[in-house]
Amino acid sequence: MNGVTREGLEQPAGAAKSAGAASTVPTVAREGLDLWEVFVRARRGLSHQHVGSLHAPDAEIALRRARDLYTRRGEGVSIWVVPASAVSASDPGEKEPYFTPARDKDYRYPTYYELPKEVRGL
Amino acid sequence: MTTLAESGTESRFDALIAADERIEPRDEMPDAYRATLIRQIAQHAHSEIIGMQPEGNWLTRAPSLRRKAILLAKVQDEAGHGLYLYAAAETLGVTRAELLDALHTGRQRYSSIFNYATLTWADVGAIGWLVDGAAIVNQIPLTRCSYGPYARAMVRVCQEESFHQRQGYESLHVLAHGTESQRAMAQDAVDRWWWPSLMMFGPPDSASTHSSKSTAWKIKRHSNDELRQRFVDLCVPQAEVLGLELPDPDLRWDEESGHYRYGEIDWDEFRAVLDGDGPCNHERIQRRVAAHRDGTWVREAAAAYQAKKNGAAA
Amino acid sequence: MTTGRALTALTRTLKPLDAYALAVGDDALIASHRLSEWLTRAPDLEEEVALANIALDQLGQARFLLGYAGRSSGLSEDELAYRRSDREYRNCLLAELPNGDFAHTVLRLLLFSAYQRQLYAGLGESADDELAAFAKKASVEVDYHYEYAVSWTLRLGDGTEESHDRMAAALEELWPYTAELFADDPLASGLSADGLVPEPERLHGPWMEQVTSVLAEATLGAAPSVNRRPGGGRAGLHTEALSYLLAEMQSVHRAHPGATW
Repeated sequence: MNGVTREGLEQPAGAAKSAGAASTVPTVAREGLDLWEVFVRARRGLSHQHVGSLHAPDAEIALRRARDLYTRRGEGVSIWVVPASAVSASDPGEKEPYFTPARDKDYRYPTYYELPKEVRGL
Repeated sequence: MTTLAESGTESRFDALIAADERIEPRDEMPDAYRATLIRQIAQHAHSEIIGMQPEGNWLTRAPSLRRKAILLAKVQDEAGHGLYLYAAAETLGVTRAELLDALHTGRQRYSSIFNYATLTWADVGAIGWLVDGAAIVNQIPLTRCSYGPYARAMVRVCQEESFHQRQGYESLHVLAHGTESQRAMAQDAVDRWWWPSLMMFGPPDSASTHSSKSTAWKIKRHSNDELRQRFVDLCVPQAEVLGLELPDPDLRWDEESGHYRYGEIDWDEFRAVLDGDGPCNHERIQRRVAAHRDGTWVREAAAAYQAKKNGAAA
Repeated sequence: MTTGRALTALTRTLKPLDAYALAVGDDALIASHRLSEWLTRAPDLEEEVALANIALDQLGQARFLLGYAGRSSGLSEDELAYRRSDREYRNCLLAELPNGDFAHTVLRLLLFSAYQRQLYAGLGESADDELAAFAKKASVEVDYHYEYAVSWTLRLGDGTEESHDRMAAALEELWPYTAELFADDPLASGLSADGLVPEPERLHGPWMEQVTSVLAEATLGAAPSVNRRPGGGRAGLHTEALSYLLAEMQSVHRAHPGATW
């Protein structure tokens, strides 16, 4: 959904009244949560492409989170998760990610919806 | 104007911007560019997760199993968008914990559209059509934002948003052509969400104190009014197909400009909601703060377990 | 639209296999609904996504099973979901219990998904091709739910003292409700004799083995011994929680009789 808060780009002088909390909510540092880079093979015959990153304590959970986050619209893909620390990079070079939704739960797809023929812009 | 660090750094960054190339996490960049992006990406992420609340409000009451599945998928997508965006912000050197803390304490904001209440099932459809529609108009230009991770996250988000908008429109269409009570519900929802959706594009260009930096750095590519006009021009014919009215007696086609002219936006209301005096500002943050606080023991347990495993492996 | 009285009559006279499918579908539907209540309240964004994923899978299972169950009586999935009272619902009590804290939810998911794994594995052998095909697909989904539940059971059971205590409390509270899953059921027994569905009692052994092994690894010890065995869900005798759940779930649908959505 939308998040671009054009109206909020200027820093207000004081905290907004909407803050609610009088004191800081304790936050737990994400210890033990490594950063992982995620690579997905969308279809047989294609190579793995970098699609983004996520946090997870170990490879098993990283794979599961990658599945939840990056393949909601595709099954039968291959996922690689690599600890970000294991990536050696030239300077500066990162591959373009490749987003290709494949079909799964069809109500996720715009084409699933029956819209009146005369409507435009959707 | 920020003071330049080394002149060499500034010129390489400037050259990339001028050539419409992407800035990537390991590139040198001015501190102000980094700070602006962190704030913008973070606030976008906060908007996604706060945005789960107004629609999530009708999840347990969705009136058909198909609608339930659709809404569940949509709210899930929004959480996912939050995750993509926090990850993009983190490439700039902040942690999610810091960003959530900024949200919870009001130092960073979220889109104020989510401070309105969803009072009926039809609101879910209205949000899909209008709020997601406005989001798409805002977000498509961001797919060409100068910062690579943000632009790429936007590509993915935009693809998923188109499903969100269509499901809302379809739902409203069914309501508008349904029973008398459904039709009335749909019209009432549109009446309440139309003007706040126009406010999503921010203050009018004439009133905006927005710096030219975001434009110069190719973070912001179009003016507020430009995007707002684009949105209105898309929605008016769509409303006609729905058979629902837009609550603006001044709305009319202007042949000369080739656009729909619309009435005066109530900027007092906009400012009030922005400053915390909207219908749900307090509730949205309280729910968010409570979820985070209630989850503390869970996150601590996960960390403790991981530490034990790492310790055992060492 | 089927009238209320006709709906009640029809659901009482479903063919045995349809009635069975309805019960399995109700399990999934109610379980899904409880999970969906976690959205915007989960401990972390990753769990929002994961819980929604599981809820969606369960909802998909429910939709198939309700559709299957209602077909020969001309009842739609929505008529079955939104117009039956709690006395006509046939889900197990375990599914309808209020969510409690995250430990409670995780443990319920562990117990329930482990049960569904056994159930769907058995159903995958059904002489009814359609049910068998459904069960094979659903098995893949519940394997994933089970993995998720195991992962969190270990983390919470063997995490901090607080998380351990919460898990222990959840175990005490939920364990009694597992008896119903494997209780003798004349409907299922009749159908299993025809090779259509697995015998509930037969599912118990493998389920027990898996669950106790996870509980042990999570340092939660042996399963509690209990002297109460709540049951009756398959006969429409539910806890007081279900009618509140359904009142909420069905409210919009019922407010607009005859409407399409």
